[in-house]
Amino acid sequence: MAFPEPKPQKTELPKKLVQTLECKQGAVRAVRFNVDGNYCLTCGSDKSLKLWNPHKGTVLKTYSGHGYEVLDAAGSFDNSQLCSCGADKTVVLWDVATGQVIRKFRGHAGKVNCVQFNEEATVILSGSIDSSIRCWDCRSRRPEPIQILDEAKDGVSSLKVSDHEILSGSVDGHVRRYDLRAGELCSDYVGSPVTSVCFSKDGQCTLAASLDSTLRLLDKDTGEMLGEYTGHKNTAYKLDCCLSEKDTHVGSCSEDGKVYFWDLVEGSLTLSLPVSRGVVQSLSFHPSEPGLLTATEGHVWFWREESHEAQEPTLGC
Amino acid sequence: MEASDSEEEDLASYGTSLEPLLEGQRIKKPVPLQEQTVKDEKGRYKRFHGAFSGGFSAGYFNTVGSKEGWAPSTFVSSRQKRADKRVLGPEDFMDEEDLGEYGIAPKEITTTEDFASKHKDRIKEKARQIAEVASSIPGATALGDLISPAKITIGVELLRKMGWKEGQGVGPRVKRKPRKQKSDPEVKVYGCALPPDGSEDEEDEYQPENVTFAPKDVMPVDLTPKENVHGLGYKGLDPTKALFGVSGGGDFSLFTDGSENTSNLLGDLRPSKGRKLGISGQAFGVGAMEEEDEDIYATETLSKYDTVLKDEEPGDCLYGWTAPKQYKNKKEVEKEVRYIGKILDGFCLASKSSAPKKTYLPPELPRDYRPVHYFRPVITARNENPFLLQALVESTGKLETDTPQESRHTLNASQRRELLGETALEGPSPSVLEYLSGKDRERIKEVKQAAEQQMKIQTFSQQSVNRSSSSDGAHHKWQMVLGGQIAIPGSSDFKPFAKNPEKQKRYEDYIESLKQGQKVDTQESRSDPGMTEWERGREREEFFKAAVLYKSSNSILSSRFTRAKYEDDTDKVEVPRDQETDIDDKESAVKMKMFGKLTRDKFEWHPEKLLCKRFNVPDPYSDSSIVGLPKVKRDKYSVFNFLTLSESSTTTVTQTTEKMPQNINPNKPKKPSRWDVSDKEKKRKDSISEFISLARSKVENQQQLPESTKEEARNRTKEPLTNKVVNESTDQEEEEESRPSMDLFKAIFASSSDEKSSSSSSEEDSDEEVHQPTSAVPDSESGSHANPPDTSVSEVQENMAVTNEPDFVPPLLKEELNKGEEFGPKLPPVFFSKTTQKPESVLLSSSPEVNKKEKHKKNKEKYKAKREHKHKKEKVRKKKHKKHRHKGKHKNKKSEKSSSSDTADSSDSLSDVEKITNLSPQEFLQRLKCLPARKQ
Repeated sequence: MAFPEPKPQKTELPKKLVQTLECKQGAVRAVRFNVDGNYCLTCGSDKSLKLWNPHKGTVLKTYSGHGYEVLDAAGSFDNSQLCSCGADKTVVLWDVATGQVIRKFRGHAGKVNCVQFNEEATVILSGSIDSSIRCWDCRSRRPEPIQILDEAKDGVSSLKVSDHEILSGSVDGHVRRYDLRAGELCSDYVGSPVTSVCFSKDGQCTLAASLDSTLRLLDKDTGEMLGEYTGHKNTAYKLDCCLSEKDTHVGSCSEDGKVYFWDLVEGSLTLSLPVSRGVVQSLSFHPSEPGLLTATEGHVWFWREESHEAQEPTLGC
Repeated sequence: MEASDSEEEDLASYGTSLEPLLEGQRIKKPVPLQEQTVKDEKGRYKRFHGAFSGGFSAGYFNTVGSKEGWAPSTFVSSRQKRADKRVLGPEDFMDEEDLGEYGIAPKEITTTEDFASKHKDRIKEKARQIAEVASSIPGATALGDLISPAKITIGVELLRKMGWKEGQGVGPRVKRKPRKQKSDPEVKVYGCALPPDGSEDEEDEYQPENVTFAPKDVMPVDLTPKENVHGLGYKGLDPTKALFGVSGGGDFSLFTDGSENTSNLLGDLRPSKGRKLGISGQAFGVGAMEEEDEDIYATETLSKYDTVLKDEEPGDCLYGWTAPKQYKNKKEVEKEVRYIGKILDGFCLASKSSAPKKTYLPPELPRDYRPVHYFRPVITARNENPFLLQALVESTGKLETDTPQESRHTLNASQRRELLGETALEGPSPSVLEYLSGKDRERIKEVKQAAEQQMKIQTFSQQSVNRSSSSDGAHHKWQMVLGGQIAIPGSSDFKPFAKNPEKQKRYEDYIESLKQGQKVDTQESRSDPGMTEWERGREREEFFKAAVLYKSSNSILSSRFTRAKYEDDTDKVEVPRDQETDIDDKESAVKMKMFGKLTRDKFEWHPEKLLCKRFNVPDPYSDSSIVGLPKVKRDKYSVFNFLTLSESSTTTVTQTTEKMPQNINPNKPKKPSRWDVSDKEKKRKDSISEFISLARSKVENQQQLPESTKEEARNRTKEPLTNKVVNESTDQEEEEESRPSMDLFKAIFASSSDEKSSSSSSEEDSDEEVHQPTSAVPDSESGSHANPPDTSVSEVQENMAVTNEPDFVPPLLKEELNKGEEFGPKLPPVFFSKTTQKPESVLLSSSPEVNKKEKHKKNKEKYKAKREHKHKKEKVRKKKHKKHRHKGKHKNKKSEKSSSSDTADSSDSLSDVEKITNLSPQEFLQRLKCLPARKQ
């Protein structure tokens, strides 16, 4: 581990509302930044998936083809493809430009909660309430998955993929990390159904949100708890958590209509951002800048830091 | 190529050698075409202007022509300088390059066409001429060598140096006649001797013994395409040859023999025999001086042409591109008629014709023959049961009066075996009893004895009771029929009425009497005195059917099956090798926030090879074929499987029932959620883990838990359970709905290898089946009887699984029906009303479950006094709901999922609701299996 910088810059958290996206697609089940943070995807409960430029607030494309509400989506590293999953038990691979369905992967026995590309967008991983994670091959025309990871004892609620690891959170209260390089499965018991998991940017820690209204930062190697973050409310719904762009803060949705941010090291609550009255269903943190997308009901809000100017040249389109 | 070393110095080298590569130096890539540049003689780059617009030289500094452009610099008015008018040749319009070495009109000294000729003779001539011209120069011959073109290939040159001459074949010299070489140029170069031709003997030429000849040249196949409309193999008359007799040889007919043709192709000069001069052939008639006139009137027939593409004919090297041959062996004309085609080498036509093939005419059909078969109702009798024979004769009145044994189709396997003198199958008709353990057999014996005693008493007391002797004739008939057919039922072999020992006894008596051919009346005395006449008749019918049934099934069974040689591995299951540590331990660790070792499980996990490939990661277990978690085989009924698998949710049913035996249902054996650990549970957990460690060490020593202890344990579990079940059923009628299915109890009780309970149900079945003697019955029945107890357990379990399956409702469909029914954490509702602060207070009306829960929550807060009552109702509702939920679940994951999804729900403060009754059967089973462990 590299030494931390002597005096880290004062990091800013997104507080300023920049854009409001009227999604018009029912409830927004998930909102996700793309790989470089210039665009975002919203998954609607009206079976549609939309691509936005959140900086301008324009909708770029609508992808329709799901048979039921869309629950999660992800973009490939080169922005050429999208994958999404939904309550229709399918995982769909989309072509960004044409909006056509490239492939539909069927095989899950229940609705699919979460979906991720691997680093090179050659494999799609999807986690479902049928308690399995399926690895779909984008390269070959095989209809069946490469491998089924069915170690979970209950539905898989969240999934993240690094270059050689698959991190999954399950309702059985376990955070499972499949390490392909080492060929081992580490399962950490959290004690409460896990709703969301995250890797930290440095790849050393995992963050797990669970239904006991607690976020836990776990050491990846040993499973020890490095931090615990409470104060928000998450007892019933599947809500997202995130880490800020420099791993300085931990963020989470809450059922009381706010987004909470804690200092990662100290564990103290730094910010509670009132978003709306309803449950904040989903959030997504900008991969490189202090920007935050939150989704409640049918709207998506885009937040930036206070010092942010209206239009930055770096954020094109 | 240069020989790399001097080791072989006699190798010739041609061309310039490449510079030897330095070590580590890379081979330079050739410059690609688009990067190649053209420079003029002064080193300036030249631009290509296009093939038709000047090429590389588009004029003066890329202008065309001159400094002035298109205007020709050499323009002179023709008026003044008419006399100087030059005649312009093509060279005047050419560029410098064109006149250069590689241009189209080179001005350098090069080999001209003359020198590049193929003909050696001409070349030599030219060379000689030049040498003559330049004879004054001293090095004339050397100059001649220089000039001599290198058009002759090196191969030819080498051959020449080795003494080869044109027209000869390549190879060692052979001792052969020179004549033959010319007549058979097709002979292979390597000269396998041909069978001597008759024609050869005719020409006696002098040939010295020690003279060898060069092998014949190989005739290259002429593959020029046919472009004319002549027939195949047609060759026009060559006037030069025809008129001047160059060709010589045989007849110059249109259809000459192939061999002669080829010799012509070769252009060999044969000594002409003066008389063959001029055009000759059929079309021209026969000259006065010619001897042969047999062919004059030969007609052209199609048979002379090849109509089929055949294999290469060995005689000519034309490979089929020839006109048909005329076989002019005049002596064998008649043979030619018979056989058109070439006779293979080493074969000759048979002198004697073989006998003509005999053909046999089909037999003549009788006049009244109809090609439809008519089956007569035939009854063939077996020699062994004359009674049946008789009865059937009576009933049908028709019988074929043929002797038994006359048709082989009427024999059965055993009869055939006897005829063949084979030994009987080994393992003589194993009865079901043999599969039973000794203990069971004893038990059966006991039962039997008890029944017999009872029977004795009864018969004794009922001796006096008389009955009508109107034994029906039909029965008598049956008796007769069955006489020979009923196999000796080794008294306990087959018990269709084992449920009713008295009846069974009567049945056995009946069989016995049938065997002895006794009157039924005598046997009737034993029957139950309380029975009416009608009942007795019915019973007799039953017995008869059972007897027939048993006879068939028995013989079928014993002949079809032999004893298993190897034990089945049915009582082993695959379980993950690395078991998760006890969830209770983790639970407490989480409570204490001691994350780390206590909450972490590490497994060896094998990723699929393709997955590794896609992730660009080397396969960590490249030499293993396992995918996922490595599995090991464990004893299926081992307590440990269930101990380790069952999470803390396995509550002790027995304990609670003991504590409060009269009131079981609500609130007592609470389903523990994962994060509230009561003291009691902690204690229990300790005891469990203690037991596990203890038992594991034990197992390590003796590897297997003795069967008896397991059985004991099971028996022990049984009692309190039955207790409980009884209580439950009496307590609440509505409980019926959620009670575990019958299959569950079967599974539990059947596992205890208790013959009585497991077989009674099957006997019920068989009893019913007996009433309807269908052909399918024996099989199914035999199956249930032949099963050893262990497999029957698994069978029942399978049945259970099967029955569960059709209940499966697609989750999507279900979700549409009931949106609230979700697993795990729910999705937030679609819309909230803006007026309310609490999102959960206003929810979609289509999610009754959520509503209920919320209602319940409130209720709990507000009306704690009424809790009991409320719980009941709640429970019922939940149960119904639960049922739904189970249906949609994946079969094998059922228990785990239900338990954990419960916990998810229970976070909604439902944790104290009693859930025992809502358990899936399998989980229930698991819990029960764990009970003995707790007790110890």
